[in-house]
Amino acid sequence: MKVEGKVIKLGDKIDTDIIIPAKYLKYTDPQYLAQHVLEPLDPEFSKKAAEGIILVAGKLFGTGSSREQAAIALKAAGVKAVLAESFSRIFYRNAINNGLPVLVCQGISDVVNDGDYVVVNLESSEVLIQGRDVGVKCKELPDIVLRILSAGGLIEYLRGLKK
Amino acid sequence: MTGQTLTEKILSRASGRKVAPNDIVEVSVDLVGFHDLTGFHVIEVMERIGREVIYNPKGLVIAFDHLVPPPDVRSAEIQKLVRGFVRKHGIVNFHDVGSGILHQILLENYVLPGQVVICADSHTSTAGALGAFAQGMGATDVAAVVVTGKTWVTVPKPFKVVLKGSLRKWVTGKDVALEILKEFKSDYFNGMSVEFFVENPQSFPMDYRATVANMGVEFNADAVLFIPDDETVRYVKVERGYECGKVLPDPNAEYVDEYTVELGNVDLLVAIPPNVDNVKSVREVSGLDVDLVFIGSCTNGRLSDLEIAAKIMDGKRVKSRCVVIPASRKVFIKALELGYIQTLVDAGCVVTFGTCGPCIGGHFGVAGPDEVVISTSNRNFIGRMGSPTSKTYLVGPAVAAASAITGKLSEPGDVL
Repeated sequence: MKVEGKVIKLGDKIDTDIIIPAKYLKYTDPQYLAQHVLEPLDPEFSKKAAEGIILVAGKLFGTGSSREQAAIALKAAGVKAVLAESFSRIFYRNAINNGLPVLVCQGISDVVNDGDYVVVNLESSEVLIQGRDVGVKCKELPDIVLRILSAGGLIEYLRGLKK
Repeated sequence: MTGQTLTEKILSRASGRKVAPNDIVEVSVDLVGFHDLTGFHVIEVMERIGREVIYNPKGLVIAFDHLVPPPDVRSAEIQKLVRGFVRKHGIVNFHDVGSGILHQILLENYVLPGQVVICADSHTSTAGALGAFAQGMGATDVAAVVVTGKTWVTVPKPFKVVLKGSLRKWVTGKDVALEILKEFKSDYFNGMSVEFFVENPQSFPMDYRATVANMGVEFNADAVLFIPDDETVRYVKVERGYECGKVLPDPNAEYVDEYTVELGNVDLLVAIPPNVDNVKSVREVSGLDVDLVFIGSCTNGRLSDLEIAAKIMDGKRVKSRCVVIPASRKVFIKALELGYIQTLVDAGCVVTFGTCGPCIGGHFGVAGPDEVVISTSNRNFIGRMGSPTSKTYLVGPAVAAASAITGKLSEPGDVL
């Protein structure tokens, strides 16, 4: 399972109030949420992500609230994966449950530049940067997580098991 | 043989096997809960799963707090939807508009030492004040708990914090939480459970413990647990009229590390926006002009917070806007009886109860562009309390009350 796209790079502690402000939490429609993703940081973010991008971030991506809309909004906006130094516990679970790949990649921000085109192999957890002879090895995902991601989320995964 | 920490003891009991840090285990959940703003999402997930059954109806707690009272039609619609679910399934532990904030309701009525508590809200960590293993989770995870009575957790690495001595006047649990954030920053405890040992139980009452445990999610700790002691038993007895047992770690339990807070050395502190761990002493930033003061939330909306605010504001008038929101109806009524509410209203504060209000920028006094907010709540992220250009400074109740009186960030000594 591979995902790829142009990199948009963010810093440390991108919190859930930045990812999707509380005023949008009265709805769960992915397209509605996608329009407002990361709005406080960059009101144009949603347009930039539409072509399909990979987010690279620093420490504690998704710190803050339990709002599952944070993961839903990122995925619906076109974010194919989030590669970060570390994640908050709740966001990490929410992302997997919603089929958004999240990889812990130490040192990723030092290697990958904004605008790089990267290919992420979820099975091997390797990130290849196109046009540059470098790659990054991230922490491997357990098999169960890969199966959930491949189904598109936890609910879809469980539905598949029932059949 | 090595003994078990409180975290390991609880998760071993709940998983039916002896656990060690980093194990991923399935645990049975004693209490599961949600509020209005996450509740409709949990119900939606249950509908999508196609299994709208409740594994343990008595272990499900629902309290409306985020959209209370509903500020718009959609909020009223969300609550109507959740009420329909409550009726359909005959949920007994339902707390409608006019009750209180979920985390406070859980402390007052439900949580016991040694339990596993999972709610659809990050500040579920608050329940750790009573020695429970409490985690916030998203709507999908919580829906799964409602349906199956179980979830999976990674057993966190245990860290020990000792609280020693006594706090100085006006210094409270909030300052201790900020002291820890100042010392360790917000990423150090990611993946750990922090177990607090209070050397002298009376020196750090339940209200303060609740504040620290509440802020545990701002430490990014997996869980925060106060080791049950005489203060735990006293609190449950006063609130509920019965004696609770203590679940304790083994004396020879091993922790990855240990840190001691000398309570007498803790200063009045403030977290500078937009990070909870950008902590300075109030003295270093005093004099800052203030537009709005908020005293309340699941962090600092308890009786001791209102008592401190009333003592400082007694006989004075506020210079900034001031909103006060006791965390529950129970707290509000006690504060009424003790005269605190009268004092605060006389000083010019707007008072309501049992809502998250402006803490999440929802309603009841949100911040306008470029405004400065002094708040006893838990987050100072960009736009958290209103406009993206507003700035929220996090403090304890004494600094908040003093700042409302002077209209500038102040210490209690500046007004008394």
